[in-house]
Amino acid sequence: MSRESRPVSPHLQVYRWQVSNTLSILHRLTGVGLTLGALALVGWLFALASGHATFTQVIWVFGSPPSQLLLIGWTFCFFFHLCNGLRHLAWDAGYGFDRAVASRSGIAVLVASVILTGIFWFVALTGAFV
Amino acid sequence: MSLRSPLRRVLGLGASGTGTEHWLAQRLSAVALVPLTLWFVISLLTLPTLDFYIVNAWAAAPLHSILLALLVVALVYHSHLGAQMVAEDYVQMAGLRVAVLILLRLLHVALGVAGILAVFLIATRASL
Repeated sequence: MSRESRPVSPHLQVYRWQVSNTLSILHRLTGVGLTLGALALVGWLFALASGHATFTQVIWVFGSPPSQLLLIGWTFCFFFHLCNGLRHLAWDAGYGFDRAVASRSGIAVLVASVILTGIFWFVALTGAFV
Repeated sequence: MSLRSPLRRVLGLGASGTGTEHWLAQRLSAVALVPLTLWFVISLLTLPTLDFYIVNAWAAAPLHSILLALLVVALVYHSHLGAQMVAEDYVQMAGLRVAVLILLRLLHVALGVAGILAVFLIATRASL
């Protein structure tokens, strides 16, 4: 068999899109996003350790519209990665492998992460907790 | 005929001879991050404002600085394990892959050290 005619594993273009592979890709994407978020978190702690002037400047940068958009993105990444991570841990423990269940839990993860992101920003912007 | 030695078979190691530790460490740090990140997010939401004096007083409290240090450790560790997997899967050129893996390791060590030291400095400075 020549190299060209060998069967190849399904690549993105020929893969039938479904809940499971979409969420698998999103899990990685949000994970990469959160690695950058970890960078921001350490930067925030560094600014806090540096003192009043630095921290106030950093807070000002975090408060600007483009950063707010970034922060909304990070909170979604966080809640998605958290919910889908719990789904992965359930799989690791042997639960929810059934195809229909895996699809339903996937949709539940998506809905939950959107709702949690919404709740977070509602509370953050209105101060409903305080 | 299996080419695996009896010892390898007993130890359950595949062709690469490793991998279980990585998988297990990723799960362990994930489990640790569930309560730590939720605590952090809820704490941020419940602080009256995010101004310097308020955040500083909150972060300097002994329990909070311990939890912050644990958060940094678990987060940086988990981030490194995940980023490593992504690089191993998608960076095709062997030389570049090694370079990226080294860079990721150094970056995460630096992040961890910086984060822990920052928390330590916040916790130990005279109250402001």
